[in-house]
Amino acid sequence: MSHARRANRALRKVQILSITAAPVSVNPNSAARGRMVLMMAGATLLSAAAQILMKLGMTHFSLSLLAIVTNLPLIAGYVLYGLFTLLMVLALREGELSLMYPIISLSYVWVTALSYFIFHDTLNPLKLAGIAGIMAGVALLGRGDRQ
Amino acid sequence: MTSTPLSSMLLVLFGSVVGSFGAVFLKLGAVRLTGIMSLLNWRLALGVALYLASSVFYAFGIRHGQLSVLFPMVAVGYIWTLLWARLFFHERFTRSKMLGLGLVLGGVVLVGLGS
Repeated sequence: MSHARRANRALRKVQILSITAAPVSVNPNSAARGRMVLMMAGATLLSAAAQILMKLGMTHFSLSLLAIVTNLPLIAGYVLYGLFTLLMVLALREGELSLMYPIISLSYVWVTALSYFIFHDTLNPLKLAGIAGIMAGVALLGRGDRQ
Repeated sequence: MTSTPLSSMLLVLFGSVVGSFGAVFLKLGAVRLTGIMSLLNWRLALGVALYLASSVFYAFGIRHGQLSVLFPMVAVGYIWTLLWARLFFHERFTRSKMLGLGLVLGGVVLVGLGS
């Protein structure tokens, strides 16, 4: 590689890094943070409903176009998943990535609960302990550091 | 007891890295949102594409081997994302964040082990 090309590459790297770093601000306003945490937590309800609907849709899945376009649970599942993604992007607009991303794990809590009530899946101590851990963790993330 | 092939572990781990970059690009796109049309920007599109790609790696990864070994490896994605948040967006690691993430990680692993 020529010297000029190498220098050019290094410059591009610096440009990419500065692009990623520039417009991001950390919102110190805790009320705004609480709103974003709530929005993200609400979004996980959609994601859980989407996963349940997809599971329902896949139980009578067949590889024909007519069967797929008339598979309402599957379609509804994808629509809800799209809505979840949209809400997540809106939450990420102001919310910190390191705060919002772990909240997605709440969908495990809802899916486990819904599977228990709808599909009569069994619960066991491991699952229950995991759910308790996720809920405690998200609560702590939402509460933040208090001075 | 069956063993988990290395290829399955690598697929799941690679999927978790790909997915964490999906989150980074969603964040990059999100902070640039100005109106409804700005939803169609390449950063958000790439973020969604990386998420889809990560789910493909994950789906192939868990075809063989034990879920109890593979599922905790999915949780590693949370750690990657935290690292990128610090590196690219200069987000702070506060005590409540680390503790909260620790509880979430433990919980995700336990739910996976119990499934």
